[in-house]
Amino acid sequence: MAQALGRSSAAATPGPSRVQREWRDWLLFILLAGPNLLMFAIFNYRPLIYNAWLSFHEWDFLAPVKIYVGFENYVDVLTDPHFHRVVRNTLVLMGGGVCFTLIFGLALALLLNQRLAGRDAARSVLFAPYMLSGAAIAVVWVYIFDPTYGLLRTLLSPFNLVPPNWLRDSAWAMPAVIIVYTWKHLGYTMVIFLAGLQAIPRELYEAATTDGANAWERFRHVTIPGLAPITFFLLITGILASFQTFDLIHVLTRGGPVDATSNLLYYLYEQGFIGFHAGQAGVAAVFQFLFLFVVTLIQIRYVERRVTYSA
Amino acid sequence: MAAARQVGGQATSAASRARLASTPLRLAGYAAMLVAVAVIGLPLGWLLSATFKETSEIYLIPATLIPRSPTLANYPLAWNAAPFGLYYINTTFVTVVSVFGKLTMGATTAYALVMLRFPGKNLIFALILGALMIPPQVVVVPNYILFADWGLINTYTALILPHVPTAVGAFLLRQAFLALPREILDAAKVDGAGHLRTLWAIMLPLSMPVLVTFGLLATQDVWNDFLWPLIITNTDNMRTLPIGISRMLDQEGNTQWGVVMAGALYVILPLLVVFLWAQRHIVEGIAAGAVKG
Repeated sequence: MAQALGRSSAAATPGPSRVQREWRDWLLFILLAGPNLLMFAIFNYRPLIYNAWLSFHEWDFLAPVKIYVGFENYVDVLTDPHFHRVVRNTLVLMGGGVCFTLIFGLALALLLNQRLAGRDAARSVLFAPYMLSGAAIAVVWVYIFDPTYGLLRTLLSPFNLVPPNWLRDSAWAMPAVIIVYTWKHLGYTMVIFLAGLQAIPRELYEAATTDGANAWERFRHVTIPGLAPITFFLLITGILASFQTFDLIHVLTRGGPVDATSNLLYYLYEQGFIGFHAGQAGVAAVFQFLFLFVVTLIQIRYVERRVTYSA
Repeated sequence: MAAARQVGGQATSAASRARLASTPLRLAGYAAMLVAVAVIGLPLGWLLSATFKETSEIYLIPATLIPRSPTLANYPLAWNAAPFGLYYINTTFVTVVSVFGKLTMGATTAYALVMLRFPGKNLIFALILGALMIPPQVVVVPNYILFADWGLINTYTALILPHVPTAVGAFLLRQAFLALPREILDAAKVDGAGHLRTLWAIMLPLSMPVLVTFGLLATQDVWNDFLWPLIITNTDNMRTLPIGISRMLDQEGNTQWGVVMAGALYVILPLLVVFLWAQRHIVEGIAAGAVKG
């Protein structure tokens, strides 16, 4: 037990040889971290390889044999007009979701960084949607979007405006999904921007004031550069979060009407669990992973030592 | 950090930076805050209001924002329209066991990474961090096939097991353990404390803020999980709350909005309470991940 504190005593402690100690620590490591690593291997790393393997096979989840088909599934998916629509939807949701959450999140953070009475309560209200079940809040939004009995109809009626049938109109369904996405994720960007604002050293503002900078100049030359790294962080996490959106789409639109809101993840789900095309689902998973991998590498490359909770 | 402390002495002059200069600006600030709260809070207010509406009032055009003759009838109707009791038991059980598993895995892995020395440690740390790049959604098909092969579709084991391994927990707790003062760990050694005792009695209590934050975020993650329970369960008695409310919408929606909204409230209420009770931990934890990393 004398070696319990390997970190502090490994070099100084006399006793068993260094090699012996290393191997004993190795054994202990396997006991302590082994279960976690084993589960990573089974539930995270193995499926990645299995996805790639599946993508070269034809299988309906039932047949005893999986037939090797080479790149046929890739050709099928890449020439599928549905898939083109899906890629476009994924990018539109990403662009809309990321832009709106960043712009409104920054505006709210700047506002609630002021000394206003009740700002803590306001922050709580704005952040709350981020914590709640996407499925449950999407159910609430289906009611809000209801063309006859919904809240939006009520709010627009004094102006003699009639809202569209949001979720059943292929032109309005994606905007509706982006609205709900923004509503749910806005509080997250606001909280991160607030932390970023508070991390800007006060001396910088004081120095700028001493140099005669007005409020706008201080914002322009102190706040904006100070928030640059955190904006990049939010851009990356926003891309990842929008890419992994499933529950909102499933409840609001089921990817419809006619593929209008289906993203890559929803395509994967439909191929796998509705169409039972394991191979095509494998292709979608491979594309999804490659995209996330590249985005994460960019994040690691430019924002070192930063890790986010990928919810 | 040291710089921030030095400036602390001049807090009053620094505070003036954050204070809106003139009264009109100040009023505009309050107006903007009210609008933001109203817009973001309205959907939740609409949900709450609908749960108290009689069916006839749901069908009024234009709809009312405040119920005219509030009723509690929707709550028992929702409770009986779907097996919410079972959903609660399933969701709570899956969440508690998964989060306990995550905390255990995170703590033991972090301890091993910080306190033990052995060849290949960096490679293993890289493998754990690498798992962060594999989002659970990407691996649903292979994991579904795996549990099907094991004959474990529609079981608690299948609902829980993929949630248990944690890279984030291992990483966060490793950071927390590395920050612990060495003298305390040396004192434990002098007292003859073994590995598990050092971890359990000294390191974990000292890392409580990180444990609580990670536990809360993991709770939110598992409680709200949708895709995995959607595909891995196939009978009503194994469903979790998010799946239950989605199915309730399919069955009752567009006609029984008051009842469906009461059901939605059942799903979000526990997390809303947890959030209001522990929001400081949650918000600080999320923000710390972004700013300090």
